[in-house]
Amino acid sequence: MGIFDKFQRLSLELRRVREVFGGFNVVIERILSPTEAVVNGRRVILAGTNNYLGLTFDPECIEAACAAIRAEGTGTTGSRMANGTYQSHVVLERELSDFFGKKATIVFTTGYAANLGVLSTLVGRDDLVLLDADCHASIYDGTRLGGVPVYRFRHNDVEDLEKKLKRLRDKNPSANILIVVEGLYSMLGDRAPLAEIAALKEKYEAYLLVDEAHSLGVLGEKGRGLSEEAGVEEKVDFIVGTFSKSLASIGGYCTSDHEELELLRYASRPYVFTASLSPANIAAARTALRIIRERPELKERLWQNAHELYGRLEELGFELGPEPSPIVAVRFREPERALRVWHGLLERGVYVNMVLPPATPDGSALLRASVSAAHSPAQIAAIAEAFSAFS
Amino acid sequence: MREDTFEIVREILTQVLNREVEITPETQFERDLEVDSLRAMEILAAVEDRFDITVPINVLNEIRTVEDLVREIEKLKAEG
Repeated sequence: MGIFDKFQRLSLELRRVREVFGGFNVVIERILSPTEAVVNGRRVILAGTNNYLGLTFDPECIEAACAAIRAEGTGTTGSRMANGTYQSHVVLERELSDFFGKKATIVFTTGYAANLGVLSTLVGRDDLVLLDADCHASIYDGTRLGGVPVYRFRHNDVEDLEKKLKRLRDKNPSANILIVVEGLYSMLGDRAPLAEIAALKEKYEAYLLVDEAHSLGVLGEKGRGLSEEAGVEEKVDFIVGTFSKSLASIGGYCTSDHEELELLRYASRPYVFTASLSPANIAAARTALRIIRERPELKERLWQNAHELYGRLEELGFELGPEPSPIVAVRFREPERALRVWHGLLERGVYVNMVLPPATPDGSALLRASVSAAHSPAQIAAIAEAFSAFS
Repeated sequence: MREDTFEIVREILTQVLNREVEITPETQFERDLEVDSLRAMEILAAVEDRFDITVPINVLNEIRTVEDLVREIEKLKAEG
């Protein structure tokens, strides 16, 4: 038996998909703007990029990144714990603390590494983790790396959360319990019922970590995410997020009012054993963070686009996620049908994300459109028009 | 292994898998029932509801057969 034999089923599936559709991996042959690219020699509208504020081509962000490369080079070639902490890493951490109104912030090399780094270290073997079943893979992986007991509650089900919280608290009166949820869930674009979750956290004396990867710059008056929108920032112990969505760069962070967060730097393997963020990424993220503060109109435009696309697809009769958000997920019971529509959309000049089980919450397949502040009304209309061929 | 726990687990599996399958204590989830990670989570949630217990997902790594699951349920029930 060969080492690759376990992939036999996957290999057969892939071969079948390639025979019917010629594959489903997309190469962006040329990127033209935050919302347009050339794929398979054809100009397409990008409607699946997480580029919520459309800042990847913002002149200020580009200029800052270029200047950083000229001044500090292309890479740090070292860990944050060795030669990889530049002044700019420290300044970004300070700026994030200031933005969120928190006491301590740690910057990681990716959003994935942030969850991995925090969850694998913060929670010890005597502690418990209780997470929403639809949490991102990086959250599951972080807890797995830490080897701690992990329990789940049904997605956004406050009743189920309380039932489990009560049971775990009764059984472990003095254990630290960390509840983990997301602000906006990446697959269906729905919000966590955060005010109720924060109240339960208080009632059962637990800790609360919120992953705001998809909600930074998207939710809350100041763009600080769902914690801000729900008015519970003081009750959220840890916020984790990424620079690779609204901030149009790459990297991740954890921010908190617990000053002891700083200790994680010395214990977190995903923080220590990898090279630090490159100067260009830091500079782009810092500039984008400033833009979130200075240009609230971007968030308004994003939401206009989100409501417009959600409304149009709803009119067309598609089965969508439970509420309008910049993630507009179209559900298909048959993965085969999702594949067909995905290909059809690409032929009509629209790229969306396709998500197949087991990455989807309930075994169905999703075509996940994400809108950007940079989409023009004409582009939103064109995306809806392309979908209409399949309604 | 208690027979009544096994019977309930068998019921849950038939329900979640939504097909008639032969289930014995030796039945393996992955090999015989083709249970993937998503289905495993569904089974776990159903088991938690039915037995009123909270099962850490970490145990999934050690559960290969139906009997393994039944024993885990009994262990958690005994712990209260």
